[in-house]
Amino acid sequence: MRKTSSGTSKVPFLRKPAIQSIIASLICILGGLLVGFIVLLLMAVFSKDIPISEAFRGILIVLSGPAAAGNARDVLFTCGNMLFTATPLIMTGLSVALAFKTGLFNIGAPGQYLMGAMGSLLVALSIPQGSIPSWLVWILAFLTGTLLGVLWGSIPGFFKAKFNVNEVIVCILTNWIAANVVSWVFYANQEKFVNIAETKTNFIRKTVSNGVSTATLGLDKLFAGSYLDVSIFLACIIAILLYVMLNKTTFGYELRACGYNRNAAKYAGMNEKRNILLSMAIAGGLAGCGAALWCLNGQQDFKWNTYQSLPNVGFNGIPAALLASNNPIGVIFSAIFLRYIDTGGSYLPGETSFNEYVSQLIIAVIIYFAGFSKFIKDYLKKKQMKKETAATIAGDYVKIPDKPIMSPEENITEESPPQTPVPEEPGEVAETTEVPDGPNAPDGGKDGDDQ
Amino acid sequence: MIFLLQKTLIFAIPLLIVALAGIYAERSGIINIALDGIMIFGAFMGAIAAFGLRKSTFFVDHTQLLFFICLLIAAVSGAVFSLLLSFSAINLKADQTIGGTALNLLAPAITLFITKVLFNKDKLEMETAVDSAGKSRDFGFAILNGDINPVAQVFFDKTYISTFLAILIFVILSVWIYKTKTGLRLRSCGEHPQAAASVGINVNRMRYLGTTISGALAGFGGYAYVATVANGTAEGTVAGMGFLALAIMIFGNWKPVGIAIGSLLFGFLKCLAVTYNKSLIQPLESNAWMQNLLANNEGFKAFYEAIFKNMYFYNLIPFITVLIVLAFTSKRSRAPKAEGIPYDKGAR
Repeated sequence: MRKTSSGTSKVPFLRKPAIQSIIASLICILGGLLVGFIVLLLMAVFSKDIPISEAFRGILIVLSGPAAAGNARDVLFTCGNMLFTATPLIMTGLSVALAFKTGLFNIGAPGQYLMGAMGSLLVALSIPQGSIPSWLVWILAFLTGTLLGVLWGSIPGFFKAKFNVNEVIVCILTNWIAANVVSWVFYANQEKFVNIAETKTNFIRKTVSNGVSTATLGLDKLFAGSYLDVSIFLACIIAILLYVMLNKTTFGYELRACGYNRNAAKYAGMNEKRNILLSMAIAGGLAGCGAALWCLNGQQDFKWNTYQSLPNVGFNGIPAALLASNNPIGVIFSAIFLRYIDTGGSYLPGETSFNEYVSQLIIAVIIYFAGFSKFIKDYLKKKQMKKETAATIAGDYVKIPDKPIMSPEENITEESPPQTPVPEEPGEVAETTEVPDGPNAPDGGKDGDDQ
Repeated sequence: MIFLLQKTLIFAIPLLIVALAGIYAERSGIINIALDGIMIFGAFMGAIAAFGLRKSTFFVDHTQLLFFICLLIAAVSGAVFSLLLSFSAINLKADQTIGGTALNLLAPAITLFITKVLFNKDKLEMETAVDSAGKSRDFGFAILNGDINPVAQVFFDKTYISTFLAILIFVILSVWIYKTKTGLRLRSCGEHPQAAASVGINVNRMRYLGTTISGALAGFGGYAYVATVANGTAEGTVAGMGFLALAIMIFGNWKPVGIAIGSLLFGFLKCLAVTYNKSLIQPLESNAWMQNLLANNEGFKAFYEAIFKNMYFYNLIPFITVLIVLAFTSKRSRAPKAEGIPYDKGAR
């Protein structure tokens, strides 16, 4: 971050962009919960059977997440499953977030996820048990899943880079292509992969039947009965690596520069087409990897005949990324939070007269408010700027721009080259991407196209 | 073949009208990724209306009037629902993709929540109702004319009034956006809102207009989809039709004629996947030449059995076709220039 290099000492804790992002997200979450509560309250008011107090109980159950399960044993079990189901969500969230950072909307995560699931299952189930060590099979399956995800992600990337076709449409098409390809492959090899033993013919055999499952390191004992394994840690490590790559390496800088202003990146000598392709490929790999982590748990049922529906976990990566303002570390928390609310919601039908869709409603409203986070941040900044401009005028004369800025010093450095959207210092992009209203805002970049 | 064409028309109509919805929003400068959500919401409100109105025998007797009212309600509720997007995108200058995604999440959440509360199930299916003569009638809006000549059957047998309404609306609105003053103004806001504002056009109002029309069309398309393609079952999904319509819109290069071709082509290929056995395999295999080939060539037979008699192959065709066409036509693809960018008076 620029702040750390040039002005940390001067910026109060609450004014840091990262902190402001977190505050904005928290405001969104509170707003979402409030709307959810109002819905419950309205329902209680208009229904004769439901007492008003039930609304309070309902929102408390949603809020308490896995703690709503009751006794300590059940809470641990639910917690374990919550973390386990959060794992693929973290990965798809990272996938969407990375693409967003490069200025691409990866709505293709469901397809990439399906391909990843197919790849890992094919490998994990077709290598005969005992021919090679099962950990090696696990790694091979994991890599195959990730690789297929990479392949599927690079299709939209390729179309965008080569033909300049909107990535959203290609993502939508590749989703459905993946859904049919996966169904076809498993349909053609039914006797080998489909679970016939348990007469659950809708599902693929569990990988544990071939001796392949993710190490649990005792987590399944700690969270007794749950599916939790080390994949959650793997997902966290990947998130941290992604953060480092995005913020501390030249490649990450190029990706962000590309997302921030494609033409400027090109002008600065970056290969923007290569960056688009790589970004989508990595995004696809992340989604595929999430699927592999989920499937290779060993205990999961994968529905193979998916040609008419796409996995929700792929689409839910979008809210996970948005809630975290596309910060890879943030995605870990937002994904777990989304699962937390979901888990709480799943206890509603049993405990109250409300249904589990309340949690979906709350998440949707949170995301709706997340759109306003820029508005909230701008508002915070505007207030701050007014204060600082007053201070500047009192000091020496500086031309005051009509847009909110972080501090007067920055104003001078960024104003002087008005149409140089990519600053020399890598740190500056991080700054500017988070302050989209500065002189180098995306609007400014788009306007540049017109010339 | 007639059956295939009938199906194509039925399937293409929701796509066509929702893709037009996309055009209206994007041409005014708002990316409407929420088409899917608005369809779900509109369809649900229409279905609720149908559910309620079918309690009255008058409407059971006049099914087409009921259908019309439901379509109207779906359109109005779609328009109202889209105001959420307009408000966040226009007034609060929020990211339009985020707003749209939120609506896409919100619509199924609301519909499932209410369906569960009111009916205690996950989907809303139309039940049979009793008409004034005391006869039990199945749900269904199809107009049947089995005895007319085959060409006319394509349009007038097993058809729905939504088809004709949609075509009418499509033609009127397509002409409107290109040939009227307001249409031109609306389009100008999607290209260069500041220039539009400089000649006295109220950009925000135009964008509200575009998004609201878009919402109404998507709601209409949503109920048309549920009542025709989905056989009257409203649930928390429209099988990705909204996203497909978005794809058709880009495929059609943000132009009405383009989306008409796109949705018919896509609808045709999609319906081929449903009816390939009857419309393709059977005529082919009744051919002596084909029978001869299959009998004598083992390799070809294996290939034929594995690929051409496989449902998934036909399912893939529409998507792959669109992808290939896109690759070849991308050169002339041109999105509205200002779409997705919140209008800022101060920018040039």
